Amino acid sequence: MKIENAQFRVDGGIHPVYNKHLAKDNAIQAMPLPSLLRVSMSQHLGAPAKPVVAKGDTVLRGQIIGEPAGFISAAVHAPTSGTVKAIVQAPTATGQSVAAVEIEPDCEDKWRDDIKGNPNWESLEVKELIDLVSDAGVAGMGGAGFPTHVKLSPPPNKTIDTLIINGAECEPYLTADNRLMIEQAENIWTGCRIIMKILGAQTVRVAIEDNKPEAIEAMEMAMASTEGNVAIVKLKTEYPQGAEKQQIFAITGKEVPSAGLPMDVGAVVENVGTTLAVWDAVVNGKPLTERVTSVTGTPVSKPGNIRNRIGTSYGDLIEFCGGTEGDTAKIISGGPMMGFAQSSLEVTTTKTTSGLLLLPPKLVTNYSSTPCISCGRCVDGCPMYLMPCELSQMIEAEDYSAAREINLMDCIECGCCAFQCPAHRPLVQHMRQGKGQVMIMMREEKEKEAEKTKD
Amino acid sequence: MPAEGRPACGGNNSTTQRFERINMTEEKTKETEPTYIVSSSPHAHSGDSVQRIMLDVIIALIPALAVAIYFFRMDAVKLVSVCVVSCVITELVCRKLMKRDAGVMDFSAIITGLLLAFNLPPSLPLWMAVVGSVIAIGIAKQVFGGLGYNPFNPALIGRVALLISFPAAMTTWYAPFDSTTSATALGTLKEQGVYGFDDAMALNYFTGNMNGCIGEVSAAALLLGGAYLLMRKVITWHIPVSYLGTVALIAGIMWLINDDFNMPPHFHLLAGGVMLGAIFMATDMVTSPVTRKGMLIFGIGCGVLTMLIRKWGGYPEGVSFAILLMNAVAPLINRATKPRVFGVKKA
Amino acid sequence: MHPVLTTTLAIGGVGAACGGALAMAAKFLAVHEDPRIEETANLLPGANCGGCAYAGCADYAKAIILDDAEINLCAPGGESTLCALAAMMGVEASAAEKKVAIVLCGGDSDKAPRKFAYNGIADCTAANSTGAGDKKCAYGCLGYGSCSRACPTGAIEISKGLATIHPELCIGCGACVKTCPRKLIHMIPASRTMHILCSSKDKGPIVKKACSVGCIGCTKCTKMVEDEAITMQGPLAIVDYTKDYTNEETIEACPGKCIKKVPAVAKAMAGRQGSTVD
Repeated sequence: MKIENAQFRVDGGIHPVYNKHLAKDNAIQAMPLPSLLRVSMSQHLGAPAKPVVAKGDTVLRGQIIGEPAGFISAAVHAPTSGTVKAIVQAPTATGQSVAAVEIEPDCEDKWRDDIKGNPNWESLEVKELIDLVSDAGVAGMGGAGFPTHVKLSPPPNKTIDTLIINGAECEPYLTADNRLMIEQAENIWTGCRIIMKILGAQTVRVAIEDNKPEAIEAMEMAMASTEGNVAIVKLKTEYPQGAEKQQIFAITGKEVPSAGLPMDVGAVVENVGTTLAVWDAVVNGKPLTERVTSVTGTPVSKPGNIRNRIGTSYGDLIEFCGGTEGDTAKIISGGPMMGFAQSSLEVTTTKTTSGLLLLPPKLVTNYSSTPCISCGRCVDGCPMYLMPCELSQMIEAEDYSAAREINLMDCIECGCCAFQCPAHRPLVQHMRQGKGQVMIMMREEKEKEAEKTKD
Repeated sequence: MPAEGRPACGGNNSTTQRFERINMTEEKTKETEPTYIVSSSPHAHSGDSVQRIMLDVIIALIPALAVAIYFFRMDAVKLVSVCVVSCVITELVCRKLMKRDAGVMDFSAIITGLLLAFNLPPSLPLWMAVVGSVIAIGIAKQVFGGLGYNPFNPALIGRVALLISFPAAMTTWYAPFDSTTSATALGTLKEQGVYGFDDAMALNYFTGNMNGCIGEVSAAALLLGGAYLLMRKVITWHIPVSYLGTVALIAGIMWLINDDFNMPPHFHLLAGGVMLGAIFMATDMVTSPVTRKGMLIFGIGCGVLTMLIRKWGGYPEGVSFAILLMNAVAPLINRATKPRVFGVKKA
Repeated sequence: MHPVLTTTLAIGGVGAACGGALAMAAKFLAVHEDPRIEETANLLPGANCGGCAYAGCADYAKAIILDDAEINLCAPGGESTLCALAAMMGVEASAAEKKVAIVLCGGDSDKAPRKFAYNGIADCTAANSTGAGDKKCAYGCLGYGSCSRACPTGAIEISKGLATIHPELCIGCGACVKTCPRKLIHMIPASRTMHILCSSKDKGPIVKKACSVGCIGCTKCTKMVEDEAITMQGPLAIVDYTKDYTNEETIEACPGKCIKKVPAVAKAMAGRQGSTVD
């Protein structure tokens, strides 16, 4: 076990104001059960789950209330014991209206009877381990929320040699992962060893930005006695060091090919929160029913890192943090760079809610329509080496095929371009719009191709 | 088709509207619950703005302005104020005529006015300065759609238009504190050939005590401004260094080959408008490439063209033409120096 | 030799050589096109609206001649174009009834409140994918004018955050239908005047909160018309435009106030028939 500095670094990237001090030193607090939990069936990327309970049913904590629909989908479990009040249509963090199960807690918080831990997990088969992760409904807790069991079952023709545990937490404000590493380093490390066994990976790298010395220290203690090719990699503090492709490059020097996946370069990246959930799922046999969310931002009275049940409303979370002081202009689910702005506090937490950020009016910069002045800052800042200025102008002119040709689809929407743009152009929104149109184009092309082969 | 009932928001003129297409809802909903702002990510910004960049350029031009006023007194004051005022008025009138939002005062017209004045001889009749300003803003900038869309540097278009239209007035110079007219350093070189250039002269050229356009004379003041722009990260080193480096390199090679016909490299750096051009005109964001590699190519191209014109061209000075010619190929340079996309293997 | 002569010979020679080359090129590289294509293109109105699903009038003309495309696809040309085309191709004209587009939403900013302040690209698709649109009603018109920008004749007016199509200006090309992310624009026969201007599939109480002119699903109107001209799709009443619906009493009777009579289009159309788009 050693500590090393990252050997590589992508060009581009930015240095925003981090404001991590707001919640960085506040230990994780468990939030008491709210009076109502609304569990969305769309917990992550991919198809929403299908509700399998009905109004009036009594449920136990950990009981399946939503069954996965399709391959890229994970089960949803009841976050506590209680009664199903209703199945409603409720908005998710992105605004889409999706089915949600409302549960009124009975305040007994009784687990399902058949919960059984596996303290001797090392004797289990890989298949059994994956099943445990899958049954627990674990999904990536860093943001996108890719179902973890899918990520952990690469096709047989891909070998995974490097497992990267992502503790970079490069998003400004957010501190949940930092606290998890400080407080639960041992368990994270056990989770990491479970994933190692599942993937058969020989090399493990724990990536942490160098602005989290305490987390590095804690992880070092946990990993100290481990033999083998295991190391903590200190990343320079820079956004987006936590982005999957950029992180793999920083550590291995390998570029994930365009339109490819990390497994194409033999790597898998798991967030520290996900790793902890894997530990919980395997060692304790507990389904994923809670997570740690940073509730932060200057208008929050007592910012903190709150362990909350999935389905807790944003309003309840803020109330638990002492409410707000002063005006709030923007509510963001996630971090300021990639999070989603919310229109109400009725939205509830999901497996991917890493943060709930409130911004006062003076920290909100509005997008404007001034034209591009070709300063090139977006080109300098782009960690995918794209030319956001040209892309955005093409998309504004609705020339989507030209934008596609200069690799629009490689954009990871990290926001470095729009962060730097002096003309305040909504570059990321342009990219999203363009990507949406190109997706439609691609679908049409596929259909045409299919028709051709039919003939 | 009946004229009445024609909708206010037409379809065919939408291309002009497209660029003013950002929504910022001001109206509050009638309900008492608070209304939050929702936009696409990111929700953080560096705090930089076009206005701030333009303001920085103006600040960087102040040393050169001070030198101009010191050496050319009222002539410089009059020229600068006439150019700035007529540029701003032209900008406002154009925006009004084009029914565009004139409220966006981004200071760019002030910069164009300053730079145009800096590129004019002190004795130029003021009405000509007005003509130059109108051409710079009206034709070179607003006709193309305003800031961000102009392919050529507006101030240089204004200067070149004046140079071609009024060649006599545009090439009449007088030295600081002296009312008799005489040629500029480069003019003398063109007409009479090589002349003695000692350290005392070099120092005069460096501080600005020589014939020339009011803003280009003092290399010292321009370098000071350039240092400020670099410090504020408004410009990067690529264009000025590659431009000045190329000029020095070519001049040096020619001088080494034959110093009977060629002036030394530091003469070429200090004489004429190459300092002003390399630091303030070629670095104009709108008309220069966006990639670092492209900036280097752009600077080298400017340097080569400048020296070609100085040595073999009809005009004694070639900075304006060199930059304008390179402006024309900036989009091509952008395309040619497009960075390799992450994860895409170089073909 | 005299310089004038040299010059003349040189320039003349170059000219002759180039002329020869051009003549050869014209002969050997000529692209032979069916002359009927140009003739057909001349019959079309030249609006290049794309309503026929071909890339402009010339492309449609080509398709008619080469690919046996239907000749009744040109909406702006109307009957006169159809007749001309039929005469040229020697086939029988089978005219479909003139269609116009309509936005099935009546909630402008006075009637349908917004749920947040949207800051971003003023385009409906972009707005719809940022927080799922700023209108409280999840089905209503966002009013950022994507349809209006697609309209080749400027027939769509955006006022108070609502798109309204002026039927007398609509040429029925259908370009707007594709642009609406909320699928609110429908093509209907031009003679129809009675409409239910709501597309909300939400239940009554939710609709009431989101809009003061929404269909609350009371089914009252369905009982006032004959032949099932209005049917219920869940909690939303939908006009079946293939059937007859003229009962104007429904306007007053509708508790949601979403039934509207739009002045007859047919009359305006008659005066316009045969003329081209300006």
